[in-house]
Amino acid sequence: MHDLPIHWPQRSPRLFLGLAALCWAGLYALLIPVSEALVALLPVARDSHAGAALQFFLYDTPKVLLLLTGVVFVMGMVNSYFTPERTRALLAGRREGAANAMAAGLGVVTPFCSCSAVPLFIGFVQAGVPLGVTLSFLIAAPMVNEVALTLLFGLFGWRVALLYLGLGLGVAMVAGWLIGRLGMERYLEDWVREMPRVRATLEAGSPALADRVDAGCHAVREIVGRVWPYILAGIGIGALIHGYVPEDFMAAIMGREAWWSVPLAVIIGVPMYSNAAGVIPIVQALLAKGAALGTVLAFMMSVIALSLPELVILRKVLKIRLIVTFVAVVASGILLVGYVFNSVL
Amino acid sequence: MKNVKVMGTGCANCRRTAALIEQVAAVAGVEIRLEKVEEPRDIMAYGVMSTPGVVVDGEVVHAGGVPAREKVERWFGA
Repeated sequence: MHDLPIHWPQRSPRLFLGLAALCWAGLYALLIPVSEALVALLPVARDSHAGAALQFFLYDTPKVLLLLTGVVFVMGMVNSYFTPERTRALLAGRREGAANAMAAGLGVVTPFCSCSAVPLFIGFVQAGVPLGVTLSFLIAAPMVNEVALTLLFGLFGWRVALLYLGLGLGVAMVAGWLIGRLGMERYLEDWVREMPRVRATLEAGSPALADRVDAGCHAVREIVGRVWPYILAGIGIGALIHGYVPEDFMAAIMGREAWWSVPLAVIIGVPMYSNAAGVIPIVQALLAKGAALGTVLAFMMSVIALSLPELVILRKVLKIRLIVTFVAVVASGILLVGYVFNSVL
Repeated sequence: MKNVKVMGTGCANCRRTAALIEQVAAVAGVEIRLEKVEEPRDIMAYGVMSTPGVVVDGEVVHAGGVPAREKVERWFGA
Protein backbone atom coordinates (compact mmCIF):
# COMPACT_ATOMS: atom_id res chain seq x y z
CA MET A 1 0.00 0.00 0.00
CA HIS A 2 2.95 2.33 0.63
CA ASP A 3 4.84 1.46 -2.50
CA LEU A 4 6.35 3.88 -4.96
CA PRO A 5 3.66 4.07 -7.68
CA ILE A 6 1.18 5.69 -5.33
CA HIS A 7 3.55 8.36 -4.13
CA TRP A 8 5.47 9.62 -7.13
CA PRO A 9 2.51 11.56 -8.65
CA GLN A 10 2.43 13.52 -5.42
CA ARG A 11 6.10 14.34 -5.51
CA SER A 12 6.15 15.53 -9.12
CA PRO A 13 2.55 16.28 -10.10
CA ARG A 14 3.50 18.18 -13.27
CA LEU A 15 5.50 15.26 -14.62
CA PHE A 16 2.65 12.92 -13.76
CA LEU A 17 0.08 15.11 -15.54
CA GLY A 18 2.29 15.37 -18.65
CA LEU A 19 2.91 11.62 -18.83
CA ALA A 20 -0.73 10.80 -18.13
CA ALA A 21 -1.87 13.11 -20.93
CA LEU A 22 0.59 11.48 -23.36
CA CYS A 23 -0.49 7.96 -22.43
CA TRP A 24 -4.13 8.94 -22.76
CA ALA A 25 -3.65 10.47 -26.24
CA GLY A 26 -1.61 7.43 -27.33
CA LEU A 27 -4.26 4.98 -26.19
CA TYR A 28 -6.98 7.00 -27.85
CA ALA A 29 -5.12 6.97 -31.18
CA LEU A 30 -4.74 3.18 -30.95
CA LEU A 31 -8.46 2.49 -30.50
CA ILE A 32 -9.48 1.97 -34.13
CA PRO A 33 -6.46 -0.08 -35.31
CA VAL A 34 -6.56 -2.31 -32.22
CA SER A 35 -10.29 -2.97 -32.43
CA GLU A 36 -10.00 -3.74 -36.16
CA ALA A 37 -7.09 -6.08 -35.50
CA LEU A 38 -8.95 -7.86 -32.72
CA VAL A 39 -11.98 -8.46 -34.91
CA ALA A 40 -9.74 -9.71 -37.70
CA LEU A 41 -8.33 -12.31 -35.30
CA LEU A 42 -11.79 -13.63 -34.46
CA PRO A 43 -13.49 -16.24 -36.63
CA VAL A 44 -16.23 -13.91 -37.90
CA ALA A 45 -16.53 -12.03 -41.14
CA ARG A 46 -15.92 -8.29 -40.69
CA ASP A 47 -18.93 -7.33 -42.80
CA SER A 48 -21.34 -9.78 -41.14
CA HIS A 49 -23.86 -8.81 -38.49
CA ALA A 50 -21.81 -10.37 -35.72
CA GLY A 51 -18.61 -8.81 -37.03
CA ALA A 52 -20.11 -5.33 -37.09
CA ALA A 53 -21.55 -5.77 -33.62
CA LEU A 54 -18.23 -7.03 -32.26
CA GLN A 55 -16.26 -4.19 -33.81
CA PHE A 56 -18.76 -1.70 -32.40
CA PHE A 57 -18.40 -3.24 -28.95
CA LEU A 58 -14.61 -3.55 -29.04
CA TYR A 59 -14.19 0.03 -30.25
CA ASP A 60 -16.90 1.81 -28.27
CA THR A 61 -16.23 0.23 -24.89
CA PRO A 62 -12.59 1.32 -24.52
CA LYS A 63 -13.39 4.63 -26.21
CA VAL A 64 -16.13 5.56 -23.75
CA LEU A 65 -14.17 4.26 -20.74
CA LEU A 66 -11.09 6.21 -21.84
CA LEU A 67 -13.10 9.40 -22.36
CA LEU A 68 -14.80 8.94 -19.02
CA THR A 69 -11.52 8.35 -17.17
CA GLY A 70 -10.00 11.48 -18.70
CA VAL A 71 -13.00 13.68 -18.02
CA VAL A 72 -13.58 12.37 -14.51
CA PHE A 73 -9.91 12.93 -13.66
CA VAL A 74 -9.94 16.51 -14.94
CA MET A 75 -13.28 17.19 -13.24
CA GLY A 76 -11.91 15.70 -10.01
CA MET A 77 -9.16 18.33 -10.17
CA VAL A 78 -11.59 21.11 -11.15
CA ASN A 79 -13.96 20.06 -8.37
CA SER A 80 -11.27 20.75 -5.82
CA TYR A 81 -11.56 24.45 -6.72
CA PHE A 82 -15.31 24.45 -6.08
CA THR A 83 -16.09 23.07 -2.66
CA PRO A 84 -19.73 23.41 -1.54
CA GLU A 85 -18.53 25.95 1.05
CA ARG A 86 -16.94 28.14 -1.60
CA THR A 87 -19.99 27.88 -3.86
CA ARG A 88 -22.19 28.91 -0.97
CA ALA A 89 -19.98 31.92 -0.25
CA LEU A 90 -20.16 32.90 -3.94
CA LEU A 91 -23.95 32.77 -3.97
CA ALA A 92 -24.78 34.17 -0.54
CA GLY A 93 -26.66 37.44 -0.57
CA ARG A 94 -26.98 37.62 -4.35
CA ARG A 95 -30.19 38.71 -5.96
CA GLU A 96 -32.21 36.38 -8.13
CA GLY A 97 -31.83 36.49 -11.88
CA ALA A 98 -28.16 36.33 -12.79
CA ALA A 99 -27.57 34.36 -9.60
CA ASN A 100 -29.84 31.59 -10.90
CA ALA A 101 -27.59 31.20 -13.95
CA MET A 102 -24.53 31.26 -11.74
CA ALA A 103 -26.03 28.67 -9.39
CA ALA A 104 -26.90 26.34 -12.27
CA GLY A 105 -23.36 26.65 -13.63
CA LEU A 106 -21.80 26.06 -10.23
CA GLY A 107 -24.06 23.03 -9.84
CA VAL A 108 -22.17 21.38 -12.69
CA VAL A 109 -18.71 21.83 -11.17
CA THR A 110 -19.41 21.55 -7.43
CA PRO A 111 -19.05 17.97 -6.25
CA PHE A 112 -21.65 16.45 -4.02
CA CYS A 113 -23.26 13.13 -3.36
CA SER A 114 -26.99 12.97 -4.07
CA CYS A 115 -27.69 12.36 -0.40
CA SER A 116 -26.16 15.76 0.39
CA ALA A 117 -29.08 17.55 -1.22
CA VAL A 118 -30.89 18.31 2.03
CA PRO A 119 -27.92 19.37 4.18
CA LEU A 120 -26.69 21.51 1.27
CA PHE A 121 -30.13 23.00 0.85
CA ILE A 122 -30.29 24.01 4.51
CA GLY A 123 -26.70 25.24 4.53
CA PHE A 124 -27.36 27.48 1.52
CA VAL A 125 -30.63 28.91 2.82
CA GLN A 126 -29.08 29.50 6.25
CA ALA A 127 -26.31 31.58 4.72
CA GLY A 128 -28.76 33.80 2.89
CA VAL A 129 -28.75 32.21 -0.58
CA PRO A 130 -32.25 32.92 -1.95
CA LEU A 131 -34.59 29.90 -2.16
CA GLY A 132 -34.92 30.03 -5.95
CA VAL A 133 -31.16 30.27 -6.42
CA THR A 134 -30.61 27.31 -4.09
CA LEU A 135 -33.10 25.28 -6.12
CA SER A 136 -31.39 26.20 -9.40
CA PHE A 137 -28.22 24.73 -7.92
CA LEU A 138 -29.95 21.60 -6.65
CA ILE A 139 -31.69 20.92 -9.96
CA ALA A 140 -28.61 21.42 -12.13
CA ALA A 141 -26.15 19.52 -9.94
CA PRO A 142 -27.39 15.94 -10.38
CA MET A 143 -28.87 16.42 -13.86
CA VAL A 144 -25.99 18.07 -15.67
CA ASN A 145 -22.77 16.38 -14.68
CA GLU A 146 -19.58 15.21 -16.28
CA VAL A 147 -20.62 11.55 -16.40
CA ALA A 148 -23.88 12.27 -18.22
CA LEU A 149 -22.19 14.64 -20.67
CA THR A 150 -19.26 12.35 -21.40
CA LEU A 151 -21.49 9.35 -22.00
CA LEU A 152 -23.78 11.34 -24.29
CA PHE A 153 -20.74 12.67 -26.16
CA GLY A 154 -19.07 9.27 -26.45
CA LEU A 155 -22.18 7.42 -27.59
CA PHE A 156 -24.28 9.98 -29.46
CA GLY A 157 -21.88 12.77 -30.43
CA TRP A 158 -21.14 16.32 -29.31
CA ARG A 159 -24.39 17.75 -30.63
CA VAL A 160 -26.52 15.68 -28.28
CA ALA A 161 -24.15 16.36 -25.37
CA LEU A 162 -24.21 20.13 -25.96
CA LEU A 163 -27.98 20.21 -26.30
CA TYR A 164 -28.32 18.27 -23.07
CA LEU A 165 -25.94 20.69 -21.33
CA GLY A 166 -27.74 23.79 -22.60
CA LEU A 167 -31.25 22.56 -21.96
CA GLY A 168 -30.40 21.07 -18.57
CA LEU A 169 -28.91 24.38 -17.43
CA GLY A 170 -31.93 26.17 -18.92
CA VAL A 171 -34.44 24.06 -16.99
CA ALA A 172 -32.48 24.57 -13.74
CA MET A 173 -32.21 28.33 -14.22
CA VAL A 174 -35.80 28.96 -15.22
CA ALA A 175 -37.36 26.55 -12.70
CA GLY A 176 -35.35 28.09 -9.84
CA TRP A 177 -36.10 31.62 -10.97
CA LEU A 178 -39.81 30.86 -11.28
CA ILE A 179 -40.05 29.31 -7.82
CA GLY A 180 -38.18 32.34 -6.46
CA ARG A 181 -40.77 34.62 -8.10
CA LEU A 182 -43.57 32.72 -6.39
CA GLY A 183 -42.22 33.77 -2.99
CA MET A 184 -42.56 30.39 -1.36
CA GLU A 185 -40.17 30.89 1.55
CA ARG A 186 -43.03 30.38 3.99
CA TYR A 187 -43.38 26.80 2.80
CA LEU A 188 -40.04 25.82 4.24
CA GLU A 189 -40.46 23.66 7.33
CA ASP A 190 -40.60 25.82 10.45
CA TRP A 191 -37.44 24.44 12.02
CA VAL A 192 -35.49 25.33 8.89
CA ARG A 193 -36.70 28.93 8.98
CA GLU A 194 -35.92 29.17 12.68
CA MET A 195 -32.35 27.98 12.35
CA PRO A 196 -29.82 30.67 13.23
CA ARG A 197 -28.39 32.51 10.25
CA VAL A 198 -24.77 31.75 9.54
CA ARG A 199 -22.21 33.79 7.68
CA ALA A 200 -20.80 32.02 4.68
CA THR A 201 -17.08 31.95 5.26
CA LEU A 202 -14.29 30.46 3.27
CA GLU A 203 -11.73 28.15 4.75
CA ALA A 204 -8.27 29.63 4.33
CA GLY A 205 -5.69 28.17 2.00
CA SER A 206 -6.17 26.20 -1.18
CA PRO A 207 -4.82 22.73 -1.88
CA ALA A 208 -1.51 22.24 -3.70
CA LEU A 209 -1.34 20.83 -7.23
CA ALA A 210 -0.33 17.44 -5.80
CA ASP A 211 -3.52 17.36 -3.75
CA ARG A 212 -5.60 18.20 -6.80
CA VAL A 213 -3.94 15.36 -8.73
CA ASP A 214 -4.77 13.17 -5.77
CA ALA A 215 -8.39 14.35 -5.91
CA GLY A 216 -8.48 13.50 -9.62
CA CYS A 217 -7.20 9.97 -9.00
CA HIS A 218 -9.66 9.52 -6.17
CA ALA A 219 -12.52 10.62 -8.43
CA VAL A 220 -11.48 8.13 -11.12
CA ARG A 221 -11.36 5.28 -8.60
CA GLU A 222 -14.70 6.32 -7.12
CA ILE A 223 -16.70 7.12 -10.23
CA VAL A 224 -15.24 5.03 -13.04
CA GLY A 225 -14.90 2.12 -10.61
CA ARG A 226 -18.61 2.34 -9.96
CA VAL A 227 -20.14 3.08 -13.35
CA TRP A 228 -18.19 0.82 -15.71
CA PRO A 229 -20.65 -2.10 -15.48
CA TYR A 230 -23.48 0.19 -16.64
CA ILE A 231 -21.40 1.37 -19.55
CA LEU A 232 -20.56 -2.18 -20.57
CA ALA A 233 -24.27 -3.04 -20.33
CA GLY A 234 -25.22 0.04 -22.34
CA ILE A 235 -22.80 -0.61 -25.15
CA GLY A 236 -23.54 -4.33 -25.03
CA ILE A 237 -27.24 -3.65 -25.51
CA GLY A 238 -26.44 -1.24 -28.31
CA ALA A 239 -24.33 -3.89 -30.05
CA LEU A 240 -26.71 -6.78 -29.45
CA ILE A 241 -30.00 -5.31 -30.55
CA HIS A 242 -28.33 -3.92 -33.63
CA GLY A 243 -30.38 -5.62 -36.29
CA TYR A 244 -32.12 -8.14 -34.07
CA VAL A 245 -35.10 -5.94 -33.17
CA PRO A 246 -36.87 -4.08 -35.97
CA GLU A 247 -35.51 -0.53 -36.32
CA ASP A 248 -38.87 1.14 -35.82
CA PHE A 249 -39.97 -1.10 -32.96
CA MET A 250 -40.17 1.84 -30.54
CA ALA A 251 -41.10 4.46 -33.11
CA ALA A 252 -44.83 3.85 -32.75
CA ILE A 253 -44.83 4.38 -28.99
CA MET A 254 -41.94 6.75 -28.50
CA GLY A 255 -41.48 8.29 -31.91
CA ARG A 256 -41.91 11.94 -32.70
CA GLU A 257 -45.43 11.53 -34.10
CA ALA A 258 -46.87 10.39 -30.80
CA TRP A 259 -47.55 13.64 -28.92
CA TRP A 260 -48.22 11.87 -25.66
CA SER A 261 -44.87 10.11 -25.67
CA VAL A 262 -43.03 12.98 -23.91
CA PRO A 263 -45.38 13.24 -20.90
CA LEU A 264 -45.44 9.45 -20.70
CA ALA A 265 -41.63 9.34 -20.65
CA VAL A 266 -41.57 11.88 -17.80
CA ILE A 267 -44.25 10.05 -15.81
CA ILE A 268 -42.35 6.79 -16.15
CA GLY A 269 -39.07 8.51 -15.37
CA VAL A 270 -39.91 10.29 -12.11
CA PRO A 271 -40.42 7.26 -9.84
CA MET A 272 -37.31 5.64 -11.28
CA TYR A 273 -34.18 6.42 -9.37
CA SER A 274 -30.83 6.08 -11.01
CA ASN A 275 -27.71 8.02 -11.81
CA ALA A 276 -26.65 9.10 -15.28
CA ALA A 277 -24.66 5.94 -15.94
CA GLY A 278 -27.54 3.67 -14.97
CA VAL A 279 -29.92 5.19 -17.50
CA ILE A 280 -27.49 5.05 -20.40
CA PRO A 281 -28.21 1.41 -21.32
CA ILE A 282 -31.93 2.23 -21.55
CA VAL A 283 -31.31 5.40 -23.50
CA GLN A 284 -29.07 3.50 -25.89
CA ALA A 285 -31.71 0.83 -26.47
CA LEU A 286 -34.56 3.32 -26.97
CA LEU A 287 -32.65 5.51 -29.41
CA ALA A 288 -31.38 2.61 -31.44
CA LYS A 289 -34.94 1.43 -31.94
CA GLY A 290 -36.43 4.63 -33.28
CA ALA A 291 -37.56 6.51 -30.19
CA ALA A 292 -37.39 10.27 -30.72
CA LEU A 293 -34.38 12.02 -29.20
CA GLY A 294 -36.42 14.61 -27.28
CA THR A 295 -38.55 11.93 -25.71
CA VAL A 296 -35.51 9.93 -24.64
CA LEU A 297 -33.69 12.97 -23.22
CA ALA A 298 -36.84 14.00 -21.30
CA PHE A 299 -36.93 10.48 -19.89
CA MET A 300 -33.26 10.67 -18.89
CA MET A 301 -33.66 14.09 -17.27
CA SER A 302 -36.69 13.06 -15.24
CA VAL A 303 -35.00 9.90 -14.01
CA ILE A 304 -31.94 11.83 -12.84
CA ALA A 305 -33.44 15.15 -11.69
CA LEU A 306 -36.63 14.02 -10.00
CA SER A 307 -36.79 10.88 -7.93
CA LEU A 308 -39.16 9.61 -5.28
CA PRO A 309 -36.53 8.81 -2.64
CA GLU A 310 -35.09 12.31 -3.04
CA LEU A 311 -38.54 13.87 -2.68
CA VAL A 312 -39.16 11.87 0.49
CA ILE A 313 -35.97 13.32 1.99
CA LEU A 314 -36.77 16.83 0.75
CA ARG A 315 -40.13 16.56 2.51
CA LYS A 316 -38.23 16.91 5.79
CA VAL A 317 -37.31 20.49 4.93
CA LEU A 318 -40.04 21.58 2.49
CA LYS A 319 -43.76 21.71 3.11
CA ILE A 320 -45.94 19.72 0.76
CA ARG A 321 -46.96 22.75 -1.27
CA LEU A 322 -43.41 23.67 -2.09
CA ILE A 323 -42.60 20.06 -3.02
CA VAL A 324 -45.57 19.89 -5.37
CA THR A 325 -44.60 23.22 -6.94
CA PHE A 326 -41.00 22.06 -7.30
CA VAL A 327 -41.99 18.84 -9.05
CA ALA A 328 -44.54 20.59 -11.25
CA VAL A 329 -42.13 23.32 -12.38
CA VAL A 330 -39.22 20.97 -13.05
CA ALA A 331 -41.41 18.40 -14.82
CA SER A 332 -42.94 21.12 -17.03
CA GLY A 333 -39.44 22.31 -17.92
CA ILE A 334 -38.44 18.79 -18.89
CA LEU A 335 -41.64 18.36 -20.92
CA LEU A 336 -40.86 21.53 -22.81
CA VAL A 337 -37.32 20.31 -23.50
CA GLY A 338 -38.72 17.07 -24.91
CA TYR A 339 -41.15 18.84 -27.22
CA VAL A 340 -38.60 21.41 -28.39
CA PHE A 341 -36.09 18.68 -29.19
CA ASN A 342 -38.63 16.62 -31.07
CA SER A 343 -39.81 19.53 -33.16
CA VAL A 344 -36.36 20.97 -33.95
CA LEU A 345 -34.50 17.77 -34.82
CA MET B 1 -13.14 3.33 22.56
CA LYS B 2 -13.76 5.94 19.90
CA ASN B 3 -17.14 7.42 19.16
CA VAL B 4 -17.67 7.61 15.41
CA LYS B 5 -20.68 9.17 13.74
CA VAL B 6 -21.39 8.91 10.01
CA MET B 7 -23.66 11.69 8.83
CA GLY B 8 -25.74 11.19 5.74
CA THR B 9 -29.31 10.69 4.72
CA GLY B 10 -28.74 7.03 3.98
CA CYS B 11 -27.41 6.78 0.44
CA ALA B 12 -24.97 4.22 -0.94
CA ASN B 13 -21.98 6.46 -0.26
CA CYS B 14 -22.94 6.77 3.40
CA ARG B 15 -23.20 3.00 3.73
CA ARG B 16 -19.83 2.57 2.00
CA THR B 17 -18.29 5.11 4.37
CA ALA B 18 -19.64 3.29 7.42
CA ALA B 19 -18.45 -0.08 6.12
CA LEU B 20 -14.99 1.31 5.37
CA ILE B 21 -14.67 2.77 8.88
CA GLU B 22 -15.71 -0.50 10.51
CA GLN B 23 -13.26 -2.43 8.42
CA VAL B 24 -10.29 -0.11 9.00
CA ALA B 25 -11.01 0.07 12.74
CA ALA B 26 -11.15 -3.71 12.93
CA VAL B 27 -7.84 -4.05 11.10
CA ALA B 28 -6.25 -1.41 13.36
CA GLY B 29 -7.66 -3.15 16.43
CA VAL B 30 -9.40 0.01 17.59
CA GLU B 31 -12.70 -0.42 19.37
CA ILE B 32 -15.36 1.96 18.07
CA ARG B 33 -18.98 2.76 18.60
CA LEU B 34 -20.39 3.55 15.18
CA GLU B 35 -23.54 5.59 14.89
CA LYS B 36 -25.40 6.72 11.80
CA VAL B 37 -26.87 10.20 11.90
CA GLU B 38 -29.62 10.39 9.30
CA GLU B 39 -31.91 13.26 10.38
CA PRO B 40 -31.11 16.46 8.44
CA ARG B 41 -31.64 18.43 11.62
CA ASP B 42 -29.01 16.49 13.53
CA ILE B 43 -26.59 16.62 10.63
CA MET B 44 -26.91 20.40 10.45
CA ALA B 45 -26.23 20.62 14.18
CA TYR B 46 -22.64 19.64 13.36
CA GLY B 47 -22.45 22.20 10.57
CA VAL B 48 -21.85 19.46 8.01
CA MET B 49 -23.12 20.59 4.62
CA SER B 50 -21.80 17.93 2.29
CA THR B 51 -22.42 14.35 3.28
CA PRO B 52 -21.21 11.72 3.95
CA GLY B 53 -19.54 13.48 6.86
CA VAL B 54 -17.64 11.84 9.68
CA VAL B 55 -17.41 12.93 13.31
CA VAL B 56 -14.83 11.25 15.56
CA ASP B 57 -15.16 11.94 19.29
CA GLY B 58 -17.25 15.04 18.67
CA GLU B 59 -14.97 16.56 16.06
CA VAL B 60 -15.86 16.83 12.35
CA VAL B 61 -12.94 15.15 10.56
CA HIS B 62 -14.39 14.68 7.09
CA ALA B 63 -17.17 15.94 4.84
CA GLY B 64 -18.24 15.40 1.26
CA GLY B 65 -17.86 11.93 -0.17
CA VAL B 66 -16.41 8.57 0.80
CA PRO B 67 -13.09 9.24 2.57
CA ALA B 68 -9.89 7.71 1.22
CA ARG B 69 -8.75 4.63 3.12
CA GLU B 70 -5.48 6.36 4.09
CA LYS B 71 -7.46 9.16 5.69
CA VAL B 72 -9.55 6.73 7.74
CA GLU B 73 -6.37 4.93 8.82
CA ARG B 74 -5.03 8.20 10.22
CA TRP B 75 -8.07 8.59 12.48
CA PHE B 76 -7.34 5.27 14.11
CA GLY B 77 -3.59 5.76 14.22
CA ALA B 78 -2.94 2.82 11.92
